[in-house]
Amino acid sequence: MEFAELIKTPRVDGVVLRRPFMPTVEGTLCLTGHHLILSSRQDNTEELWLLHANIDSTEKRFVGSLGTIIVKCKDLRVIQLDIPGMEECLNIASSIEALSTLDSVSLMYPFFYRPLFEVIEDGWQSFVPEESFKDLESMTDEWRLSEVNKDFSVCPSYPSLLTVPRDIDDESLCKAASFRHGGRFPVLSYYHKKNGMVIMRAAQPLTGTNGRRCKEDEKLINATLCAGKRGYIIDTRTIAVAQQAKARGGGFEQEANYPQWRRIHKAIERSNVLQDSLIKLVEACNDQSHSMDRWLSKLEASNWQSNVKEILTTACLAAQCIDREGASVLVHGTEGTDSTLQVTSLAQIILDPACRTIRGFEVLIEREWLQAGHPFQQRCAQSAYSNGKLRSEAPVFLLFLDCVWQILRQFPCSFQFNENLLIMLFEHAYASQFGTFLGNCVAERGKLQLSQKTVSLWSWVNRPQELERFLNPLYEPNNLVIWPSVAPQSLLLWEGVFLRWNRSTKCLDEAYQEMVHIIEYNKELQNKVNSLRRQLAQLETEDSPLQTP
Amino acid sequence: MEHIRMPKVEHVRLVDRSSSRRTQVGTLYLTATHTIFVGKGSEDRNDLWVLHSLVCNVVKHKASQSGYPLLIICKNFQVIRFIIPQESDCHDVYISLSRLSRPEKYEELYCFSFNPNVDKAEREHSWDFLDLKAEYSRMGLPNKLWHVNPINREYRVCDTYPADLFVPKSVTLPVIVGSSKFRSRGRFPTLSYYCKENHATICRSSQPLSGFSARCLEDEQMLQAIMKSNPGSRFMYVVDTRPKLNAMANRAAGKGYENEDNYCNIKFQFIGIENIHVMRNSQQKLIEVSALHSPSMGEFLTGLENSDWLRHIKSIMEAGLFISKAVAEEGVSVLVHCSDGWDRTAQVCSVASVLLDPYYRTLKGLMVLIEKDWVSFGHMFSHRCGHLIGEAKEVSPVIDQFLECVWQLMEQFPCAFEYNEKFLISIHIHIYSCHYGNFICNSQKERKDLCIKEKAHSVWLHLWEKKLDFMNPLFKPDQSQNQGLLRPSTAPYCFKYWRRLYNRFDRELHPRQSELDCLMTVKEETQKLEEELALYEQVKCQIFNFHLHKVFLFNFSDHVFSAYTSLANTPQDYIGGAPNVFTLQQGERESAELCLFGDQTKSSDADNSDQESGVADFSSHSSGEESLPSEDSVKDPDSDETGPNRA
Repeated sequence: MEFAELIKTPRVDGVVLRRPFMPTVEGTLCLTGHHLILSSRQDNTEELWLLHANIDSTEKRFVGSLGTIIVKCKDLRVIQLDIPGMEECLNIASSIEALSTLDSVSLMYPFFYRPLFEVIEDGWQSFVPEESFKDLESMTDEWRLSEVNKDFSVCPSYPSLLTVPRDIDDESLCKAASFRHGGRFPVLSYYHKKNGMVIMRAAQPLTGTNGRRCKEDEKLINATLCAGKRGYIIDTRTIAVAQQAKARGGGFEQEANYPQWRRIHKAIERSNVLQDSLIKLVEACNDQSHSMDRWLSKLEASNWQSNVKEILTTACLAAQCIDREGASVLVHGTEGTDSTLQVTSLAQIILDPACRTIRGFEVLIEREWLQAGHPFQQRCAQSAYSNGKLRSEAPVFLLFLDCVWQILRQFPCSFQFNENLLIMLFEHAYASQFGTFLGNCVAERGKLQLSQKTVSLWSWVNRPQELERFLNPLYEPNNLVIWPSVAPQSLLLWEGVFLRWNRSTKCLDEAYQEMVHIIEYNKELQNKVNSLRRQLAQLETEDSPLQTP
Repeated sequence: MEHIRMPKVEHVRLVDRSSSRRTQVGTLYLTATHTIFVGKGSEDRNDLWVLHSLVCNVVKHKASQSGYPLLIICKNFQVIRFIIPQESDCHDVYISLSRLSRPEKYEELYCFSFNPNVDKAEREHSWDFLDLKAEYSRMGLPNKLWHVNPINREYRVCDTYPADLFVPKSVTLPVIVGSSKFRSRGRFPTLSYYCKENHATICRSSQPLSGFSARCLEDEQMLQAIMKSNPGSRFMYVVDTRPKLNAMANRAAGKGYENEDNYCNIKFQFIGIENIHVMRNSQQKLIEVSALHSPSMGEFLTGLENSDWLRHIKSIMEAGLFISKAVAEEGVSVLVHCSDGWDRTAQVCSVASVLLDPYYRTLKGLMVLIEKDWVSFGHMFSHRCGHLIGEAKEVSPVIDQFLECVWQLMEQFPCAFEYNEKFLISIHIHIYSCHYGNFICNSQKERKDLCIKEKAHSVWLHLWEKKLDFMNPLFKPDQSQNQGLLRPSTAPYCFKYWRRLYNRFDRELHPRQSELDCLMTVKEETQKLEEELALYEQVKCQIFNFHLHKVFLFNFSDHVFSAYTSLANTPQDYIGGAPNVFTLQQGERESAELCLFGDQTKSSDADNSDQESGVADFSSHSSGEESLPSEDSVKDPDSDETGPNRA
């Protein structure tokens, strides 16, 4: 295997592992092609298995011949390894460095991972576009499934099957695609059963400085409006940013050409700004100074919570247009692969109770993120400790998860899943044994043959044994639209992710266990009472002749 | 009554700031004790009752198109906005309320006119509900080293201290008198908390009158005696909770702090909690931040930081933690003081007690603690809470900070407290509302002189009777980490903004479903199931007996069967397995005609949106009479409604 040459020292004894809030472990450090392993070889101590892909950055320090490597992970944990011997330490450090920055996707762990569990339901086959189209068909006949992109030539980042208005033919779609950034012409994202309104998403129109227009594009989105109705275009960028985009060939829909649409600009940040925000936030959370002023000012300066607020507000606006105003919505930003998806997917969580179940949430992520072409590979290449030059990393998906968490906090009984599912998705988006988040779009995943060569995350998550961990004991299906508060007083820091490694969670875990216990005990009593009632009813019928002598 | 210029104004509008659609029109009444607003045309639950003693300020705003705005700002952080059509009416209401909300004499306070339907015996019983003697004996006092010294029975040595005080047995009267003369206001060192397990104590006093060089033999003997009353330790801590600079400045006025050289075996420590004026300004800033209308995240966080509030809470918590660790981990006694020993000292002693002793994490324990460390030891409630018109500079949210420290601890230790957040908020309201007699006056002596116990009622029994509302369903007293010392983290990010207190009346800011309420309902139902189960088991058992012995017990079986058939006839309560406890009531929705095509800034800012659900719920009165629905506003404004919120 080609990893052997990268591993200069495969094994070092007498290594000490230090982690906050956990006992130090002394043991043997082993490097394999994909893992850093530390084991004390004693039965009762936990072994550390760290995916190289999870390592965001490393630092070396030396005191005499004792070397220390600080390993900072993409899941935000920071661990310290004390390694005796300067040479060993240097070797280990450079090996980790090399192994954690492999360029080739096909060398990633998912291609080597063999599950220790039996795959009962193959996650690669769990979410088929035809299936969801069947649901749509049962509600309306206004839409059709188009194969115009079956060889990914019309839009490389779209899937092969797309839901489009019935009356728009493939030729028009191709023309509309040529008028949209990256070929991302408007497609259906969500159909609101209650009133038949829809959310569509796209990329920015290529109007450029001379105000190009495209009749097919106009016709395409107008086809989604009922007679006499108006719709809303939510541009996730500020008007200033959208204006600037014209110079680079992009732009926004001109009122004159889209008279039936009203455009609203919001201010969701671009990806590089978001990455900077994450880096600053995590730095604030790791600050050891113990000063209140410093903490609050750093939290504020990171702008993370502002980003959460802005994204959530925009999603609420989209949901509001649909549910309250009874108007359809088209959402886009620049490329239509980041802020656009945040908005369309969050709006669905607000509007659609199905998205608040585990299955429905998986469908949502599959459809609105994976199939819709959010470039996971690029966005999640580095996390908060990335100190090198950034390319297109950005915590777009993490922000989405944070927003979902905020809604979950405000409606703790309306979600079938709990916080653990969100944290798990965050971890796996950045480093995983599963192939689900590899690649940037459907076309790339096909080329990589992920469904043949790797295991799907969903195959694992949907096993009953695993699902249990993600179930919200308070869940009670709620068919209403849920409107979260987006006031700063209502939005909290997601401690489960950002303070996860900086505090002891013993008391909080205990509280969670107690909550589970209270509810399980209640259910147990219900069952007992019900079965006793049946028994007694039976006895009563048996006895009744005796009782009425 | 003579202060009411205008008992009734009609066509007044009650404005809900978060949604213009929730504005109500109705009639405003002024009574001797309350401002009452009765909404017109709408059904029940729309009345608003505001106790005059809970009003902090009345403000007239510039006239608007629709009339003359009048703001009533309450001490429980509620702000009520009326618009009154006529200027003269507005002015009359303003003048009346300004006077009514600023009582000049204790006799004007509501607790003296509050007359629930109970007899004298019951009233006395309410005062007997808490017994400090019993509390000291729970701690293990008196014992062979500590006893109650009768020296202050007539409040002659120290008029701000309680009559009964624990001091070391070895201390003679002249030592006490001498020590008291060397301390501000005569507040000599006396016991606040005794730790049975290791005999360490928390004692409290005021600052010594040491100036630059004065010393007092008796005071030194006093400290020596306290130290020696903890046989296991070789020294004691003296904690001055003030910033060092403040303490040094006091020396120039003949006051100051202990000189380590003069006292044997003391370790002296400054803690650095700011004074009442700093705290008052800090809370004022915090209230301004909490009241911002749709602030940006940056405005909110910057405002929170600039208020310094959480920094102060953190410093109080750290002081409490230092003392509780000294007692529990080192087994060393601690003497705590600040300047007068009734503000910071009370905060720090009581926070340390909550950390040390699980008893104070129970409902009754917290009541006792407040009664002991605050009420009996002369925290100046009337001055600090501004019960009477007087020095504005004496007002300070010292007890608010203690309650907030407890809340912050509850956030970190969700299973360690028997009570929930609503209990703290209820206590907060009662401290300010003057509804009951407990928090009137500035000392035990004043309360005795005023015959509070004869003329007013005690709140503690009242709260105890409502304890089902205040229970924390997650409380696990037996868990090892809930026993003994709590060790909270004091990292800055562990201190949070207490939304439920400061934004309690902004319903749209709170989670629309409450975990707490859900769990409480489930627990209640579990209890009913347990009872039903027991009954069924009994019935089953009897039927079996009947089968086995073939004995026909007519009377008995009739009774038993009627019991069980009557239950079996109501299957809708239980059938279907899962309890139907979280079912949401769809909030009443208003017709949603968003002016999206009109004002763009409005429509594009969902924060500003008009899409609110439900009619304003004013069932949460700002304290009312016993017969009124949900008096004292403990009712959780969210518990009864879910549905669309501000989008």
